[in-house]
Amino acid sequence: MRKPKHEIQGAGCAGACCLRVEHLGVDMGGADILRDVSFHLHCGQIVALIGPNGAGKSSLFKAVLGQIPHSGTIEFQKAGGKHTRPLIGYVPQSPAFDRGDPVSVFDFFSAAISSWPVFLPTPKSLRRRVLSCLERVHGADLIDKRMGALSGGELQRVLMAMALEPLPHILILDEPLSGVDIDGERQLLDMLDEICNQYDLSILLSTHDFATLEEYADQVILLKSTVLKVGAPGEVLSSDEFKSVFHLDLGKGAGT
Amino acid sequence: MELWYQIVSVLPFDWAGPDGLYFMKNALLAVLVISPLFGLLSTMVVTNRMSFFSDALGHSAFTGMAIGAIFGFVDPMWCAVVFAIAFSLLFTLVRHRTHMASDTVIGVFSSTAVALGIFLATLGGKSFTKFNNLLIGDILSVEPGKIGLLALILLLVIVLWLMSFNQLMLSSIHPALADSRGIRVFWQEAVFSAAIAVVVTVSMTWVGLLVINSLLVLPAAAARNLARNMRQYHLFSILGAIVAGIAGLMTSYYAGTSAGASITLYLAAFFAVTFLLRGRRA
Repeated sequence: MRKPKHEIQGAGCAGACCLRVEHLGVDMGGADILRDVSFHLHCGQIVALIGPNGAGKSSLFKAVLGQIPHSGTIEFQKAGGKHTRPLIGYVPQSPAFDRGDPVSVFDFFSAAISSWPVFLPTPKSLRRRVLSCLERVHGADLIDKRMGALSGGELQRVLMAMALEPLPHILILDEPLSGVDIDGERQLLDMLDEICNQYDLSILLSTHDFATLEEYADQVILLKSTVLKVGAPGEVLSSDEFKSVFHLDLGKGAGT
Repeated sequence: MELWYQIVSVLPFDWAGPDGLYFMKNALLAVLVISPLFGLLSTMVVTNRMSFFSDALGHSAFTGMAIGAIFGFVDPMWCAVVFAIAFSLLFTLVRHRTHMASDTVIGVFSSTAVALGIFLATLGGKSFTKFNNLLIGDILSVEPGKIGLLALILLLVIVLWLMSFNQLMLSSIHPALADSRGIRVFWQEAVFSAAIAVVVTVSMTWVGLLVINSLLVLPAAAARNLARNMRQYHLFSILGAIVAGIAGLMTSYYAGTSAGASITLYLAAFFAVTFLLRGRRA
């Protein structure tokens, strides 16, 4: 278990730096994808979103990112209670890159963070800036590789470095562990922990990998159209709601 | 133009001298303007998987010409430009609104446009033959004024590229990610497809409808075989287009063939060579 970094944990936002989602609903083509979703996300916390396929995890991310219309409110407040629009870094679910595309990591990165056209010769300062961003995820050696030639773990690291520039208030990762091997997974989780500690931002990620939840997540949200259970990883994994959703039993102390 | 004729006169060709053939000199200048234009657009057509789309645009441009001819415009090109822009915007809109695969959407648009074009062109028992020159194209018929127009378009495309290539590339690679970084994905694609529409329509008369799409696909398709980043990609694509353009024009002059087809064959050879060399990159 990780140490709590804020005195005010639990239900309320009070004066802490926090994202507050209240009664969020998403309706697509007449079907309720999400209804009455409420939770709080504190700065410095890693929150894992779990739920079966089609539970609305990606829709929830899209709603928070403002890409689809939703009901309810999404509010962000900085420490001290000042409300502001949150800056969100988004790491999409490992996108498929065409292996032949002549897009190098540098091209992709600089297209996103600067307005210098990527087809012109590169200024040294821009290259240094991209290098220092990649350094955050220990990926400086990837800069001249083509996007299509990256492994799943390397791609996730590059996308994460991109989401951290400019430094966001909230980092959202859509299934960062899918398509990543065991070593890559270990590396990614350590990195998330490092980023969370170093920059004091909140991390919201979705995952299907329950075995490692307890190592890194401060809070787990079990989602299936609505929030079924929120709490510490052990608590959620051993809950009745978890068992009935997944028909399996992983939590410590299960069966007692 | 006088300056250009003086520059050309140093070339060791029989048509290039002071009393040489002006239509060849004009055609050479036109090729020097058109090929970098196509080389540039080509990079994004290929990256954005729009090669079939630019083909459909060519067809729609022909329909625009037919409509223009019916209304009796002296120069139906402008009517075709307007029609092609409308066509491309409508296509972008439909592609964003449905979950249909884009080649299906293109197929729907392309066949509709062609059918409408043939229907209008043959309305009242008219003959189709007057449109035949659009199919093959004739670069030798280009006038200095039109070269100026093409140069202006080249300039505008370069400005567009400088301003929005980054956003366009991100939108094409990953729309959701681009959106999360504040890029207006829809408008990027709409402006880009409108740009292709204008270029295809304006240059159709000289390049020929049947081969114009190859100019939009082959340079970048060949460059893609070798390039490892965006700078190499653009460089190879534009250089390849210019070399093939000049070589194709020369061949067409000495062998008496269509310039558009000759250029395309050189580009195809460029593709074949790069394809064989492609294994060497990491």
